[in-house]
Amino acid sequence: MDFLRPLTWADALAAKAAHPGATPIQGGTDVMVEINFDARRPEALLDLTSVPELTEHETLEDGTLRVGAGVPYARLIADLGDRLPGLAQAARTVGSPQIRNRGTAGGNLGAASPAGDCHPPLLASDAVVEAESSARGTRLIPAAEFYLGVKRNALEPDELIRAIRTAPASGPQYFSKIGTRNAMVIAVCSFAIALHPGERRVGTGVGSAAPTPRRATAAEEYLSGELDWDGRGPLPDPVARRFGELVREAAAPIDDVRGTADYRRHALAVLARRTLAWAWNDHRATREEAS
Amino acid sequence: MATPVRTPGGTPVRTPGGTPVRTPGRTPVRSPGHVAAHGHGGVGDSPPRPDGTLKVAGEFAYASDLWIDGMLWGATLRSPHPRARIVALDVGPALALPGVRAVLTHEDVPGSRFFGIDGTGDQPVLAIDQVRHEGEPIALVAADHPETARRALKRIAVGFEVLEPITDARAVIADPEGLRVQPLGGITRYQPVRVGDVDAARARAEVVVSGDFEVGIQDQAFLGPESGLAMPSEDGGLDLYVSTQWMHNDLKQIAPCLGLAEDEIHMTLAGVGGAFGGREDLSMQIHAGMLALHTGRPVKMSYNRHESFFGHVHRHPASMRYEYGATADGGLVYADVEIVLDGGAYTSSTLNVTGNAASLGVGPYEIPNIRIDAYGVYTNNPPCGAMRGFGAVQACFAYEAMMDKVAAACGLSPLEVRRRNAVSQGSRLATGQVIDAPAPLAEMLTRLEAIPMPPAADASDLRNLPGGVSQTTHGEGVVRGVGYGVGIKNICFSEGFDDLSTARVRLEVIGGEATALVHTAAAEVGQGLVTLEAQIARTELGVRRVTLAPADTTVGDAGSSSASRQSYMTGGAVKTACEAVRGVLLERAAARFGHHDLTLVGGTVVSREAGELASLEEVLGDAVIEETREYHHRPTQKMDPATGQGNSHTQLALCVHRAVVDVDTELGLVKVVEMAAVQDVGKILNRLSLEGQIHGGSAQGLGLALMEEIVVSGGVVRNPSFTDYLIPTILDMPPMRLDILENPDPAAPYGLRGAGEPPTLSSTPAIVAAIRDATGRALGRVPVRPEHIVA
Repeated sequence: MDFLRPLTWADALAAKAAHPGATPIQGGTDVMVEINFDARRPEALLDLTSVPELTEHETLEDGTLRVGAGVPYARLIADLGDRLPGLAQAARTVGSPQIRNRGTAGGNLGAASPAGDCHPPLLASDAVVEAESSARGTRLIPAAEFYLGVKRNALEPDELIRAIRTAPASGPQYFSKIGTRNAMVIAVCSFAIALHPGERRVGTGVGSAAPTPRRATAAEEYLSGELDWDGRGPLPDPVARRFGELVREAAAPIDDVRGTADYRRHALAVLARRTLAWAWNDHRATREEAS
Repeated sequence: MATPVRTPGGTPVRTPGGTPVRTPGRTPVRSPGHVAAHGHGGVGDSPPRPDGTLKVAGEFAYASDLWIDGMLWGATLRSPHPRARIVALDVGPALALPGVRAVLTHEDVPGSRFFGIDGTGDQPVLAIDQVRHEGEPIALVAADHPETARRALKRIAVGFEVLEPITDARAVIADPEGLRVQPLGGITRYQPVRVGDVDAARARAEVVVSGDFEVGIQDQAFLGPESGLAMPSEDGGLDLYVSTQWMHNDLKQIAPCLGLAEDEIHMTLAGVGGAFGGREDLSMQIHAGMLALHTGRPVKMSYNRHESFFGHVHRHPASMRYEYGATADGGLVYADVEIVLDGGAYTSSTLNVTGNAASLGVGPYEIPNIRIDAYGVYTNNPPCGAMRGFGAVQACFAYEAMMDKVAAACGLSPLEVRRRNAVSQGSRLATGQVIDAPAPLAEMLTRLEAIPMPPAADASDLRNLPGGVSQTTHGEGVVRGVGYGVGIKNICFSEGFDDLSTARVRLEVIGGEATALVHTAAAEVGQGLVTLEAQIARTELGVRRVTLAPADTTVGDAGSSSASRQSYMTGGAVKTACEAVRGVLLERAAARFGHHDLTLVGGTVVSREAGELASLEEVLGDAVIEETREYHHRPTQKMDPATGQGNSHTQLALCVHRAVVDVDTELGLVKVVEMAAVQDVGKILNRLSLEGQIHGGSAQGLGLALMEEIVVSGGVVRNPSFTDYLIPTILDMPPMRLDILENPDPAAPYGLRGAGEPPTLSSTPAIVAAIRDATGRALGRVPVRPEHIVA
């Protein structure tokens, strides 16, 4: 197995073009486990940890945050938790401190596991994956179009993930994940919500409950129309319940060793109701503080 | 041959009889050497572990660190099927791979092709024409590099005729002849217990409660996977460095299979990363030995985590039916019990695990009429054997749930119904054995009740809530529950087994200071025996300097590091050997000073009449005093095969737990808020170690209550990884409050009572009872899954 360690982004793209079968590696928290178990034997490893561009984040002229694919979870929490709270909450649920120091959202996207913790908040906040190849340059892929199947994503063989682009939170965001122990656990199912009050719109993301992470589109549309965006009145219980039911219906879970499909559906409805209540209460409180 | 890196083992060692015993010619790197445990701290103090700094610093040499130049790497081909005939086996393609030095099958076993831990000898060294469980070893490879060995395994061509696995233990009991997994059967052991007349008593009972219970397969989940190094010696023997629990019993099984005499194999304990029963059975010992003898080269074998799940036995899963009758005021009238333990394909420890489940099947309660039918059976499920608690854990989960059912039916508190039926000194167990040492269960429950309750959770920190930082609740749906558990465990081996221990202690002056060298074959598996051995030597000999020789087979049998027995047995052996050394020392002093009323006080020889006479060093001079002693516990009896009666146990130990939980009743997630425990240990030898044992045992019980299960479907393990076999983290294990009692057992050294296992028993039922209290769910199965709570 070849081991490629480019020192610049341009070299990384060139290496990927020359070795389309190379598996990119950042923290190695997924890739190394698979190699150690002999579950995969890539023709080459493309080590991106020495590419400085990937570990930076910046604010673009239009206000969009551009977060390098190699920014580890620990820095998503420390540096960006105020502007990307949903993603930071998800990052906080990943593994142990050591794993969060190594693992990256870019790696999460590259692995494209349906249980990846970053996916639901990226979906809920309309994030865009910035992919790049040396032959065709930059391509922007909305998160909702990025996940194609179990551990399959929309990258071409010569493409690498450069960054995640997303607007700073314009309203409350929450991430919530079921696991059968209280830390260091893979999601049985997970849910993210983002309120976009300026657009009177709700974003959602459902994790570990279908072959790919996915939005609960019908739930988003229903809730966006029902919420009292201007009056900021209390959340009617039937609205929360209906939202939960629609999130449940958006899932297509299976029975596996981590949990049953029935439990996943049930739990998603509960998580949807609870996160909505937290987000809506925050939204209402913001107005009260402002006035 | 490579240059030896370290050669302390090269010195001839003499047995008490003076016969030289062969020792390794060269010693691998990162194999155990002498451990200096100099300093203060006798029995009752809490000196730090002599190996503690190395372990915390990551420098301790575990078995997986063993290394010697020129060694080969061994690997094991294992069955993917739980039951199949092997119709073809071609090792040619594997042998053809460059770097491969040997590929061996059952035809290459030099001696007996079977082994077994309890003398049953029913387990093939390598599968012979058929496989009976997933992961059963079929062939071995030795290669220059571990990756080469791994690739070679894939080139061994095996033709399987896959058969329908036998996986339903109750079906086997119904048709043991038709559902024979292996030549022995069928049923491994059926042990009934009969006291009084249950049918007559049923008519008198005013309250009758019943329940069905299940316990899933728990894994020991030790952190250091199976590992060892086998080195051929120049005289045709073998040097084995292995992380194990009982070297002498290993030797009895290894030698016949390798076609060697026991004294042709020299075993040294390599650094052990946890055991919990999972190293009682052999793993890679014979395999590495075969490869080493065949190639003439040192061979190292190290399992990875995945292989480890198939490389050792697990806790028996259990299916249990209980019916209790009581008077209206909560006095137990009868117990009618059936316990089915699935031992998997081979005998392992199932005979004794079944005996424990039968003899302790109703726990520490006085019940005048008892009918227990305990079965251990063979199936094609994963092989099961020893694990902390050893048959007593499964029954405890059931009988404690039954006590709560009786309490509820009689309108009593859980504590009151237990106190009302509690055993005490003088009570009879179900086996008829009279408890002849203190057993103050009622007092322990009252003390448990007096421990203050924890406050409400501080919900401002997610880590205090069910789900933790996964943020499943900010307090919604969370209900608090409280539950109690009581457990009784036999200490040391039971049913007529003379599990002796041996210690050799040498006292001499080194560098002007009296120094004790303690040598046993007892396995330090993390429990702190090395600390305790040094404490005993300091107390008995008045020295500060104690050195611990590496545990090996040049000293006599120490028995297994299991059954909570090493403080008792090896502690007893070290104490006795020290007393013998002290006796010789005082004889020397008597001859020199003419006084015959001598004692050793601290490091000084004192005459009752003449006062202080001399220091240890003065009395010793250039002399070396070395004594070896065996220690035996009192004899026990087999259980009567028809009635289960007999004085089968050496010692009995009690622990009681209170668990406080917060349950997210909508999501089924649990946060254990606090556990409190009261345990009677007879005598505290080292409070720090002891508290660690109680904390650790409670955590292992918490794991069984909430998450630890090897999930099996059709005989196939679905979660052989720490990704999906979950063990508790620091956010799952709560703070504990302990109340430790010291009511001495006059039969035991220092009055001690084995302490490692009892907390593992009682924490599980206490936690599940607390979840029942919070949710009202019946919860007859552990581990409790979220689905069970919200269903």
